[in-house]
Amino acid sequence: MAQIRIKNVAKRFGAYQALHSINLDVADQEFMVLLGASGCGKTTLLRIIAGLETPSEGEVWIGDRRVDHLAPRDRGIAMVFQNYAVFPHLTVFENIAFGLRMAKMDNALVTKRVERTAELMHIEQLLKRYSGELSGGQRQRVAVARALAMEPDVILMDEPLSNLDALLRLEMRAELKGVLAESKTTAIYVTHDQVEAMSLADRISVMHQGRIVQAASPIEVYRNPAARFVASFIGNPPMNFLPATSHGNGQWSVAGQTFNGPATQKPLEFAIRPEDLSPADQGLKATARVVEPLGAHLLVTCDVEGASFRAVLDSDLTVRPGDILTLAPQPDRIRWFDPETTQAVA
Amino acid sequence: MTAVTPDVAHADVRKSGRFLFRAAIVFLCAWVLVPIYFLLINTLSSPETVNAFPKSFIPEFDMGSLTFFANFAGMLTALKNSVIVACLTMVLSIAFGAPAGYALSRFDFRGKELFRVLILLTRAFPLPLLALPLAVLFIRTGLDDTLLGLALVHTTLAIPFAVLITFSLFSGIPIELEEAAWTLGCTRFTAFTKVVLPLIAPGIAASAIFAFVISWNEVFAAAVLTIQNRTLPAFLLQSLGTSPLHLKFAGGFILVVPALVFIFAVRKYLFAMWGIANR
Repeated sequence: MAQIRIKNVAKRFGAYQALHSINLDVADQEFMVLLGASGCGKTTLLRIIAGLETPSEGEVWIGDRRVDHLAPRDRGIAMVFQNYAVFPHLTVFENIAFGLRMAKMDNALVTKRVERTAELMHIEQLLKRYSGELSGGQRQRVAVARALAMEPDVILMDEPLSNLDALLRLEMRAELKGVLAESKTTAIYVTHDQVEAMSLADRISVMHQGRIVQAASPIEVYRNPAARFVASFIGNPPMNFLPATSHGNGQWSVAGQTFNGPATQKPLEFAIRPEDLSPADQGLKATARVVEPLGAHLLVTCDVEGASFRAVLDSDLTVRPGDILTLAPQPDRIRWFDPETTQAVA
Repeated sequence: MTAVTPDVAHADVRKSGRFLFRAAIVFLCAWVLVPIYFLLINTLSSPETVNAFPKSFIPEFDMGSLTFFANFAGMLTALKNSVIVACLTMVLSIAFGAPAGYALSRFDFRGKELFRVLILLTRAFPLPLLALPLAVLFIRTGLDDTLLGLALVHTTLAIPFAVLITFSLFSGIPIELEEAAWTLGCTRFTAFTKVVLPLIAPGIAASAIFAFVISWNEVFAAAVLTIQNRTLPAFLLQSLGTSPLHLKFAGGFILVVPALVFIFAVRKYLFAMWGIANR
């Protein structure tokens, strides 16, 4: 059992507050992705869990042990680094065996474990090579194999795919998901790539300015963003926002159209995903500005009452810049945000 | 046709530029190599040829001067002393310099930049200024005329270089390698011995050799602080002043060659150090 519990963890670097009182529970064998833009504190949080950084406040629990004052090697974790950190003076075999040898494991057992892990990562033909003779993708595989060979309770990954080219990243992503699911290890994975996060995660923790804004399943984060930041960060292109004014009784006026919404009197923001819009007789009047045919669909950037507004439409449609479109939002996909608190309003 | 002329002019400029560049290289090489070559010729010449004029440019391989030195009383003892002092200097300067270099490259602490400048500043004190107080101090503590005492002085001369070279070596090793080792079951110390040390061993060896050369070449402190236990440079300085010319050449040659060989072996690391020191 290796659930992870993070209680009120804060981190300050001098006057700079990198993390504000983080609370997070990761279940045993869960794949948790920390997602956020660079500088949001996701790597700092991961390094605190790994023991490479000490929290200024708070507690970190792995399983039923409090670990925040233990050295990295006593925490039952393994880590995969962004730049792979494959030891250049050791062969691939010795790299994968490194942790096992440190644990004084029997020689025959080491060989067996290394060979099995290498096979799992498809690098069994590289075992005699040095890291200087490997490509980026191969080094990545060695780094993951080295972590897996430890059979850790928790595997921590810091943007492990960000240095690979796009095609290789796609391939490694699918492979990582399969391998980690099979290893039954609890995983925490840091990335700034939302597609990576969506495809890998059991749950995503979206981080922003040292706080976890939302921790939920990928589809929940996508459909029901807890805050305006999540809505504007997740999705490509992200959600559209328009100011809304209340008519009372949950009736809201948005760009001249009336929608059903929350029963509050405060001014709110109306939000809709670009792909939840379709041309109809009744709807938001939008002037097309830029039309981008992307093959699978048509991305149209329009203007709704002076605000930029994007719609993902069927690629069969013919739209020219200057055309006036009537776009109907799918009613159950409309979301509302309080511009003051930036939180979602149900 | 007009378009061709600037091209020709440009080619001319480039040609003369290249000529100047090559001439400068030849000049600088000659500046260093010619004296060493003369030293070599005169060392391998019989006393008559050394004093004769005009000079021959081809050595005649007369081993007379060198053989004389090999049999010179006290010469072997001085050589042995030099080696002992240089080895002690090497060990001491790495033992103290390498940890300082590691700390400079891995930890942030107050006054780090100042510390780096201070390390270089230790070279700003002229040795003659330090030699007298040191001699007095050494006599009081009983370190005078001992090889250890001299090695301590040489260590203070070599440490700035040891610190700067190892600092640049450690900085060249990504911290992630150490962190990876920590997560794989290493303590700070075993991560150092199992990961960092194998990677910087050649560099450490180079900086050790450099410390060796500094001690080997140092003559002032050696001459002031020792009487019986003279190192080779101090011994030669004392004996050569009154020696004939051909012996002076041979003595100089004996001093120059090991230093040259060592410096040549570690040149790569010296460039690295200067790159850091100039930053």
